[in-house]
Amino acid sequence: MPTKTRMSGNEAVAHAIKQINPDVMPAFPITPSTEIPQFVASMIANGEIDTEFIPVESEHSAMSAAIGASAAGARAVTATSSCGMALMWEVLYVAASSRLPIVMALVNRGLTGPLNINAEHSDSMGARDSGWIQIYAENNQEVYDNFLQAHRIAEHKDVHLPVMICQDGFITSHAVENITLWDDEPVRKFVGEYRPEHYLLKEDESMAVGPYALSPYCMEAKKAQAEAMKRARKVILDVASEFEKLTGRRYGFFEEYRLEDAEYAVVAIGSVCGTAKDAVDALREKGVKAGLLKIRVFRPFPAEEIGAALKHCRGIAIMDRAESYSAQGGPLGAEVTAALYRAQAVSKTVNIVYGLSGRDVRVEDMENVYESLEKLANGETEFPEYFYLGLRE
Amino acid sequence: MRHLTEIRWHGRGGQGAKTAALLLADVAFKVGKQVQGFPEYGPERMGAPITAYDRISDSPIRVHSNIYNPDFVAVVDDTLLHTVDVTAGLKEDGAILINTVKTPEEILPLLNGYGGRVYLLDARKVCMATLGQYFPNTPMLAAMVKISQVMETDVFLKEMETSLQHKFERKPEVLEGNLKALRLALEEVKECR
Amino acid sequence: MSLNAEFINENTKWQDLTEGLQIYEPGTSRQFCTGEWRTDMPVWLKEKCRQCLLCVPYCPDSSIPVKEKQREDFDYDHCKGCGICAKICPFGAIEMKRARD
Repeated sequence: MPTKTRMSGNEAVAHAIKQINPDVMPAFPITPSTEIPQFVASMIANGEIDTEFIPVESEHSAMSAAIGASAAGARAVTATSSCGMALMWEVLYVAASSRLPIVMALVNRGLTGPLNINAEHSDSMGARDSGWIQIYAENNQEVYDNFLQAHRIAEHKDVHLPVMICQDGFITSHAVENITLWDDEPVRKFVGEYRPEHYLLKEDESMAVGPYALSPYCMEAKKAQAEAMKRARKVILDVASEFEKLTGRRYGFFEEYRLEDAEYAVVAIGSVCGTAKDAVDALREKGVKAGLLKIRVFRPFPAEEIGAALKHCRGIAIMDRAESYSAQGGPLGAEVTAALYRAQAVSKTVNIVYGLSGRDVRVEDMENVYESLEKLANGETEFPEYFYLGLRE
Repeated sequence: MRHLTEIRWHGRGGQGAKTAALLLADVAFKVGKQVQGFPEYGPERMGAPITAYDRISDSPIRVHSNIYNPDFVAVVDDTLLHTVDVTAGLKEDGAILINTVKTPEEILPLLNGYGGRVYLLDARKVCMATLGQYFPNTPMLAAMVKISQVMETDVFLKEMETSLQHKFERKPEVLEGNLKALRLALEEVKECR
Repeated sequence: MSLNAEFINENTKWQDLTEGLQIYEPGTSRQFCTGEWRTDMPVWLKEKCRQCLLCVPYCPDSSIPVKEKQREDFDYDHCKGCGICAKICPFGAIEMKRARD
């Protein structure tokens, strides 16, 4: 029987790790993800799991140790945030290009500066081109469910890529909410044993990982990696459908909330989507056809599906919890706009940067976004190509 | 009972306001509620003003913002009344609960014209009489349950007894003190307007 | 599908490469004949050699094969002609000359 309980997002990830009982977890503490290795270390100390915890001296070492463990044939996980992941930068690419199925819990926090510890997507958005699969969560339940699906995706023979399971720092990582936990046995059966075909500690096979490659070989290797990211699309959906059979909870590339007949849509990632849903319901009561597209999978980016789901909308606000300093908006704005162009959409779009460094977003703020969209679509107002939500000016 | 109850806690780092908020979410969960308990984080410093929140509802909670129009406010330390606008956005048909030794005449002028109900509790007195140590969050939690009516107080006491029994398995004397503190707080909290 | 290292070359398609260019067999460096890089080459003067074997550990490319405690002639497939062996030989039993003469 599934257990209905309450816990924070960090506890939910730790519980998933407990159920998976991975072989190795190297980690270095950083706010707001610190609790994850802390909880896991306690579980190991209490004899609940037999994961090898490696207390490393930096995040660069954490990811390096995860790479070593994974190449050796172990199921490896780690957790980090913000500048912790920034310190992993170099080796994030090594993990992906070496095709190692590492799973990382990323508790999103802004990169400095100014120095701040709160929720922002600048850490993972910066790493969007590192070759990691990225899956985001709206709440504790989703980050738990996503983490349970991560190994299946990463370790699939058509994929062999690392996966980042993201949640919003503090907003979900430290908020206690209701959650349903799945039983240990079916979860273990679902996640399965990790049985790599090639690994460094394989007795009857010698292996080299991460060789130097000259120009005549590198492009071919990168193309092969890019194709694996394309193949991940099907695997992500297949794993989600199997997860639905186990739990009854449905996941895809994104969630469409009252989007089918929506005239005005918001596209966003993470915890703000719950707030947006309340705004959608309130506006629907008033007769405004508002809808939401909540991105779950950002890498691989489901451009075609997003284009098809949005192109009927008159006005679309694409919301980024990260500034990309491109002088023309955030990363989600750029990619969704490109998807709409390819879908030959004629919708009016605006890119909104919101919630930087934990800036709070209220239901009223989201209602204002929809109201602005109405004006934009009706030609009653012009917007700059992108602007900040709730900025003092 | 309201469909959704929103509570804001004001305290100082180290006084357990966050713990009180999380305990309230916990006990509300146990009586079948949908809950959300979360602190507002900044640099964590002993004595600095901190805020924590509770949402308690009969239906799933999706919103992920702070609480700006709370039904109830708890102030764990009355020195905050001089520096923090604790009644900001507080609903007039709601209430504020303040831990203080001061009289209503001294407290009411510090509430920025708030016109709703005001409850006072001397949590230190309750703590000293029952625990021998000052942990203001325990009596404040009980008083908030009574004022907000998020659950019946006897159900609350029963649930707290179960969870404290588990928590203080090896220290039965601490368990008894905590239960006494909760009961005494329920008696001691007074509506002053 | 992926190929063994000996079948991988600059005409190999991306579909045929291993994941992450991993290599699943030992000693593939033997297949890479670095002897072709040589501009100078060592010549072993067998009659002067006292079989002290000092040249063997000094050779950076493991290109001096040893059989039954006796060195044999150079492995010219892999010797890069660095000349360290000639410098270190106490008996003048290794001479350097131009390669491809």
